[in-house]
Order: sequence, then structure tokens, then C-alpha cells
Amino acid sequence: MSVPVRVVTLLVAFAAVVVGAVFIVAHYVVGSPPTVDYTSAASGGQVNVVLQEDPQNNSSSKPDWVSYYVMKPGANPMQASSWVHTTLLKVPANTQVNMTIYGYDGCTPPRNNFWTQVQGTMGGTVTVQQFKNPGKPLGPVVTTPTINGWAHCAVGHTFAIPSMHVFVPVGSPNASASLCGSSPCVSGPYTLEKFSFRTTNAGEFRWQCFVPCGGGFLDGNGGPMATLGYMTGQITVVG
Amino acid sequence: MSESTAAPAATEPRHGVRIVVIWAVLAIIADVLIWTVWRPHLPPGRMSVEAQGQQYDIAVMAMLCAPVLLFIWTYFAYALINWRQREGDEEDGPPIHGNTKVQATWITVTAVIVLSLFVFGTVELIVPAGAGAGEGPSPIWNPSGITTADAQAVSPPAWTPGGKNPLVVQAIGQQWAWTYRFPQFGGMETTTLQLPINTEVVLHVTSLDVIHSFWSYELGVKADANPGVDNIAFFKPQAMGSFSVRCNELCGIWHGAMFNYGHVVSQAAFQTWASGVQAKEQADGLLSDLPAYALTYDPTVIPQLGKDIVKVAGITGANGYYYPGPQAGTPGDPVSP
Repeated sequence: MSVPVRVVTLLVAFAAVVVGAVFIVAHYVVGSPPTVDYTSAASGGQVNVVLQEDPQNNSSSKPDWVSYYVMKPGANPMQASSWVHTTLLKVPANTQVNMTIYGYDGCTPPRNNFWTQVQGTMGGTVTVQQFKNPGKPLGPVVTTPTINGWAHCAVGHTFAIPSMHVFVPVGSPNASASLCGSSPCVSGPYTLEKFSFRTTNAGEFRWQCFVPCGGGFLDGNGGPMATLGYMTGQITVVG
Repeated sequence: MSESTAAPAATEPRHGVRIVVIWAVLAIIADVLIWTVWRPHLPPGRMSVEAQGQQYDIAVMAMLCAPVLLFIWTYFAYALINWRQREGDEEDGPPIHGNTKVQATWITVTAVIVLSLFVFGTVELIVPAGAGAGEGPSPIWNPSGITTADAQAVSPPAWTPGGKNPLVVQAIGQQWAWTYRFPQFGGMETTTLQLPINTEVVLHVTSLDVIHSFWSYELGVKADANPGVDNIAFFKPQAMGSFSVRCNELCGIWHGAMFNYGHVVSQAAFQTWASGVQAKEQADGLLSDLPAYALTYDPTVIPQLGKDIVKVAGITGANGYYYPGPQAGTPGDPVSP
């Protein structure tokens, strides 16, 4: 092999390694889901944040992973374009955060039924209402300190910010009905859940689901449970 | 007739005596400083009897290590000063031969040190009933007045302020949080750990998923949390204040965030707190929703469910398998009054 050919081969191989390394860093290390910024939507010391959790997603290379979605501030929750496939939020400090969660996923019992207790919300309760479809309530609005995930099998996932001591079970719709099969969900049965909590200091706070809903992964806590953008995320509290 | 050209040998000072004297003075000073100045600030502090015991152990170890370290430093310093090659000195050093006395002394001293440490470490592990470490499901070293059967009791006798019964606490690890159950308070469960001062605590550590490790630095307590295993540790808080609880076993993406803080409070304050939590969980219906207190839990068994999973068409998440959910307006429906 001639010297020029060797040099070119070496350069090509080197370039391939560099490109591969850059791709890995950009894709797996640096790359992260987008952040939905709610700071400018705050008014009067309050901000309204809307999430939904779905039995699958149509927004990634892992369509069989359960996933949360975050709604753009002030958007219409019944329009698919309103939702962002992410779990990264930004909210202001010292603010009352009014959470609304659309629970489209079916019952998946928590491993520890203790997580069906509502903790850290204002009043220590959540308000829950089931819907057959948007605009078609299945039951009344109920304010409750617990949603039993075992005996009643009424919990799909949880929304928890451990460092803020916020632990909230998210109700599930009737799973014997036809669950939403296309995400972000804007139709199908769901549970509408509302609660509020207060942010204090600025900082980064992880949040996660405590239901081991990573089907097919070790102890159910791998896959979507351990991946930003699906069932775990971070809340950036801006001072 | 031969003529001797060698100069008369100068009288060598007794280097060994000099080194030993210098070393002894430095070692005594160092050990006095370690015991009086450093010891009160050594980790992990004195928040519990076990933590204080570990602080004592570390101080003793430091006092043993300091003379060894100082002997090496003293010898090197003395050798560098006295036996360095001086300008114009081209002579070789004397050949080194074996010295039975030195070798025997070295072997004897190091053997005594190592064997002493073995005895000391064993005593310091056994006497304080495991020294705050997990002893497994059948502890063989128990605090005074507590038998192994007492420690393993699923229904321990009630704890009351000023009483003699130990407080039983169960730490449950799961990805990624610790929760705590108190069988003497109806099996109530919390995410924060409060403990009464001057009370013997029987800590049961277990896991619901992967391996975790309960580690409270300030309390001097560390016990691995294995799924299906009850790991028992004993400790006795003796100072009020805050302590941290961390997971000390790499357990997943949020392992680094798996920590929280607890408080040692007065016995009366603990009684008030625990009774209050129990009453709230009773009123909320949570206590009846929790499984009966047990030393371990099988996370794959959810007996209260009593339902078969169903296949939901068109759903790929969890392969479409779900438990049937509640029917609105039917008994057990959580969203109906």
C-alpha cells in the first residue's frame, strides 16, 4: 500500500472515530429533551402547569414506553399540538404551582401502596374526576387525601418531587375501556387531577414516578422510569 | 613492621538512643494532641452512642498510627541530617548485614500491633452490639435487655416515653426514596425519620427492588437494604438535632438524589409526632390500605388487588396489559363519594 493511500486511510479512520465520538456525546450526553418555561406565565404569585401521562408515546424511538407530556403554557389541552414530549419544566420560586394532570394510562399498582397517599400539596389533598372522553365525566369531582392503588386499582402513576416533599398519586381511568392509543392523547378515557404546591428556593429538583412502570426492565424501574423525557424529569425553580 | 595509616576512629554517638528519644517525645505530643484536640471533632460525631463509639475507635487508631508514622519520619529526618554525603566524601558506606535483633524487634512489634488491633476491633464490634452496622436477620450481638427474638418480633411491645421497650423502625429502600414504618404506631409509614433521644432503636432495613444501603453518617448507622432480606441494626440516639440518610449503594439514575433528613427529638415530641402521623393516616384510610407490617415484602404480590390483568387492545405500553380499573359509582371507586 502506497504512502498516500495509507495517509488517506488513516485520516478517514481518524475522522470516523471523531465523528462517532461527537455523535455519542451529542446524542447521549449533551442531548436532552426541551424545557417548557412557565416562568413568564406566572401571575399573581401563581402559575398553572399542565401535564399528561400516556400509556405509550408516538414521539420517540421508544413508542412502547409510557411517558409524560408537558403542555405549553396557556395552550388548549385538547389539541395535540399543545403538548411537548418532555419532562423538563421551569417555574418561578416562591410561587403557588397549580398542577393539572391528565391521567390517560391504565391502572398499574405501585409497589408500595404508601405512595397512594397525597403528600406535600396544599391541603394535603387532590381533586380527581374520571372522564369517558373529553367533556363526558364518568363520576363526580372528589377531593381526597389518598387514591388507593391496590384495593381499588385506581392509580396509573405518581408525580413526586422528593426534595420538595411532594408525593401525588395520579388516578387512572377505567382500563377496561379503550385507552388512548395515540400520543399526545386528546381523546379516550382519562382521570383529571388537580392539586397545588408552593415552590420556595431556586434550584434544580428531580421529579419521578414511583410506580415501577418500565415494563420489561429490571424491577420495572428501568427504561422510561430512568430516562429524562419519559417518567422522570427535572423542575428548575428560578429565583 | 607495619605502619598503620588509619586515623583513630571518632566516637560515634548513640544514634539509636537519639532517634528513640526524639521519636518518643514527638509521639507523646502527637497522641496528647489527637486525644485532647482532634478527637472531639473526628467523624462521625456523637449524635448516637454508636457514633461516639466509632469516634473513639478512630481516635484510638489515630493514636496508634501516629507513633508509627512519626518513627518513620523521625528516622528519615535523622538519617538525612546525620548520614548525608558531605562534600569531598567519596567513601562508600559500610556494607549492610542482617541484624537479628532489629529483625526480631520489627516482627514482634508489628505482630503485637496487628494482633492488638484485631482484639480491639473485635471487642469494639461486639460490645456495642454491632456498632451500628447491619447484622442480618438474626443478630448475634444484641444490646442489653434485647434478645434476638425480641429484635425479630413482628408485633413488638409498645414504645412509650420513659419506658424500657426499644423503638422499632423499618427503613424501606426503593428506587429512589426511603420510607419508614413504625409497627408500634399501627404500622404507619412516613418519608421522614424522627427518632426519640435516649432510646434504643431496633432498625430493620429492607428493599422493594434493587440493593440499597441505609447510611446515616451522623448516627453512625449503616446497613444494606436487600430485597427479601431483613437487615437489623441497633443504635441509640443521644443528642438532639438533624441527621442525614443517604443511599450508599449505587442503585440507578437517581441514586445520588436518594437522601433525606431526619431529626432526633425529645421523647415527648416524638410521641406527639408519631401519634399524629398515625392518626392522620388512620383518618385518611392509608393504614388500612397498607399491607400488614412484615420484616420483608414481596413486591410481586399485591394481595389486595385480587384481580386478573386484562389485555387492552391498541396499547403498546406494558404490552397492553393492565389491571381492570375502578368503575365509577361502584363500591371501591375512589373518585365517587
